[in-house]
Amino acid sequence: MNVKTPGKDPYNIIITGVGGQGNVMASRILANMLVEKGFDVTIGETFGASQRGGSVMSHIRVSRMGTWSPQIPEGRADIVAALEPIESFRVLARYGNPSVRVLANTRPIYPATVIAGESSYPELTEIRELIEKLSARAWFLDITGEALKLGNPILSNIMMIGALSALEDIPLDREDFAKVIARTFPEGKREDNMRSFDLGLEMMRSA
Amino acid sequence: MSYLHEMKEGDSALLMGNEAIVRGALEAGVKVAAGYPGTPSSEIIEGLAKAASGLNIYVEWSVNEKVAMEVAAAASFARLRSICAMKQNGVNVASDFLLHLVGSGVRGGMVLVFCDDPGALSSVNEGDARFFSRLMEMPLLEPGDFQEAKDMTAWAFELSEELKQIVMLRSVTRLSHASGKVTFGPLSDAEGVAEFRFGGDFLDPDEGLMASFPVDWKHRRQQEKVARAREIFETSRFNTYEGPERPELLMITASGCNLYCREAINSLGLEDRVGLLKLGTTWPLPVKLLTKHLSSTDRVMIVEEILPFLEENVKIIAAERAREIGVKTFFGKSEGVFPMMGELNPDLVMAALVSAMGIDCAPPCPEYLETARRTASVAAPVRDQVLCPGCPHRASFFSIRRAMEMDGRRGFVCGDIGCYYMGIRPSGFDAAKTLHSMGSGTGLASGFGKLERFGMIQPAMSVCGDSTFYHAAIPAIINAVHNNSNITIMVLDNKGTAMTGFQPHPGLDHNIMGEEAPEVNLEKICRAIGARVEIRDPFDLEETRETINELMACPDGVKVLILRQVCALSPDRKNIRNFIMKVDENICLGEECGCGRFCTRVFRCPGLIWDKEKGKALIDEVICVGCGVCADICPSQAIRKEEAAQG
Ligand code: SF4
Ligand code: SF4
Repeated sequence: MNVKTPGKDPYNIIITGVGGQGNVMASRILANMLVEKGFDVTIGETFGASQRGGSVMSHIRVSRMGTWSPQIPEGRADIVAALEPIESFRVLARYGNPSVRVLANTRPIYPATVIAGESSYPELTEIRELIEKLSARAWFLDITGEALKLGNPILSNIMMIGALSALEDIPLDREDFAKVIARTFPEGKREDNMRSFDLGLEMMRSA
Repeated sequence: MSYLHEMKEGDSALLMGNEAIVRGALEAGVKVAAGYPGTPSSEIIEGLAKAASGLNIYVEWSVNEKVAMEVAAAASFARLRSICAMKQNGVNVASDFLLHLVGSGVRGGMVLVFCDDPGALSSVNEGDARFFSRLMEMPLLEPGDFQEAKDMTAWAFELSEELKQIVMLRSVTRLSHASGKVTFGPLSDAEGVAEFRFGGDFLDPDEGLMASFPVDWKHRRQQEKVARAREIFETSRFNTYEGPERPELLMITASGCNLYCREAINSLGLEDRVGLLKLGTTWPLPVKLLTKHLSSTDRVMIVEEILPFLEENVKIIAAERAREIGVKTFFGKSEGVFPMMGELNPDLVMAALVSAMGIDCAPPCPEYLETARRTASVAAPVRDQVLCPGCPHRASFFSIRRAMEMDGRRGFVCGDIGCYYMGIRPSGFDAAKTLHSMGSGTGLASGFGKLERFGMIQPAMSVCGDSTFYHAAIPAIINAVHNNSNITIMVLDNKGTAMTGFQPHPGLDHNIMGEEAPEVNLEKICRAIGARVEIRDPFDLEETRETINELMACPDGVKVLILRQVCALSPDRKNIRNFIMKVDENICLGEECGCGRFCTRVFRCPGLIWDKEKGKALIDEVICVGCGVCADICPSQAIRKEEAAQG
């Protein structure tokens, strides 16, 4: 098998979002796809109270050299996938660097203080500009909008994995996704997930 | 679907630390498991329960940690291998029994797994439960990665049997909830035959009395076990050293910090100058092994989270052996190199190494990070944890807060542990003014309710969840009734242990094995204790508020109000929308509304947002779960609910 190797070891991926968006599920599926490719993967995440609408983040470390710290050191993220757009700022502030790439879902989830009018949420155009400034390359996809069309916004996390698979330097592919999904979900749910994966990939290709 | 008990010897997989512990227990042939849910430990009992039907194992969620430990100990006394699992503060709850258990000793291998939560990522305390091992004189193991989490768990049972003593195994959030590669060993095929033997001599550990009595005799045996553990630990394969023979600096570490130390040494390229002594057996410490390594250098850095437990124990050995090994310079917590609170990470360890080694090392991209930090501070408004959309607690706290305002006597709520801890936060309308341990809200209220004679006129109330009610609130209610304390206790009954992921509790009709189980009826208990009991649906805001006002005004002792409504994340309610919600733009008065944006500024359900352009409230169709409550909040009735078609 000809395995594309991430250029860097360990290669560091961060998936971020808001509790309830399926962050943990996404990181586990993605990590298991990379395990299928023969990499040693370490995931670090916090959950528990995080289902209560707080910021969440999973660190995924992909290596040929065994287990790494479940927390990525400062300034060392290679890819940031944000299921909620402004969460990318929180991640970049600690783990970003000039060569980081960002893939962001454009659908906001407003923090309580924003809803209450105590703080303000930036406009999408501003978010795009700022993320572009802080990254080597950035993509913005209305993933939740498309997932709603599929009938279930929770599929956004799977679409994000599909979108990430379009990136050349992470060896994520559809067959591995299908294998992992077969282990993770009951029969009835697999088709929706495959469709979401494909849709994410297409969105990214036409972005 | 493949699961932990189906994986074969030699296979490897990506496992969460907690799953690795489960597999280790299965490889050791564990027969009985008991615990009480608490992040980050809950997946251990859950994982064992999933394996239970395929293998002959008994698993239960017990009513609290103390009973869990007693249930597991019974199995051990009957010569079975058993495990109990809990979070750090759970060990406090179990500790009274534990103190006596270490005196009596055990028979079948018995392991206590506890998960500390450095940084309090999902706790309201930062308890360091390692100290129990020294306090109560029993061995402590700390896995340093995912593979060790499995291997050491399996070994802990053997050790326990060899010593006839319970063994503690510590995990931390960053291991329990992180994942890494684990290669499997064989599953045990040992049959478990339970028999409690007591026909032998009174003092016979295998066939005599199981008790910490007679104390002097038992305590001496207990200390012999510690000495024996120390000997075994001298050659344990879980204590490893990597680095030069005579390092410029010796790092001593254990647990998750092992991974931070490795990364720090590797990132700074210090492999030839710094040695890493990773300890898996952290109490009692293997003195000879420590003496040997301490002799190899004069500079010693100790890396661990929360309190200086390892550090102090190493320093005791260094002091006792000073004549032999010379004087050391330490880099630890007492020296201010590492904090005594919060969690560590590779950056903190790197910074300590850079300064101790006097090396030059620029952070990767300081200007970038500075800009990114500034951007985040303006573009990423704080995202506080909030109650879920459609959470019954939001409705409950909303009514409690309004009732207190109408009552006008500066009443307050004593809060408790569970999702409703958010009663102390804006999401719970800041209704709760105290927050401590499980069930303590009710105990505090019981005390506040007796302060009238000292001039206190503020009405005291408490909240507790259904699982917390069974765990620790019942004695407090009995206390309040018997001592005639005048209080209102609100049981927020959402039908499950919501915060930790929906574990069943004694009030439900099923158990973790998926079997039917007798419900222990909450209201009957309260009535039997002698409290006045009312039951309301918190989604009925007005009726709930009225009831609370009436109970607050009632001077006759203990009133229990059960606010019953299923958690929004409950499997019974998830993905079920009772109502389709809509804000009628023509009716919504927007900023002009005299209510001061009651809907979004005060009620703050994340499903109800503000459309800045139109200046009107708006339902976020992705977030709203259609509970319908907010329809009753809007004074102009602009928020409309329509019954959703079910099916
Ligand atoms: S999990 Fe349930 S109880 Fe907890 S905040 Fe969410 S809805 Fe409320
Ligand atoms: S109906 Fe109202 S209160 Fe209920 S979830 Fe939707 S927005 Fe929130």
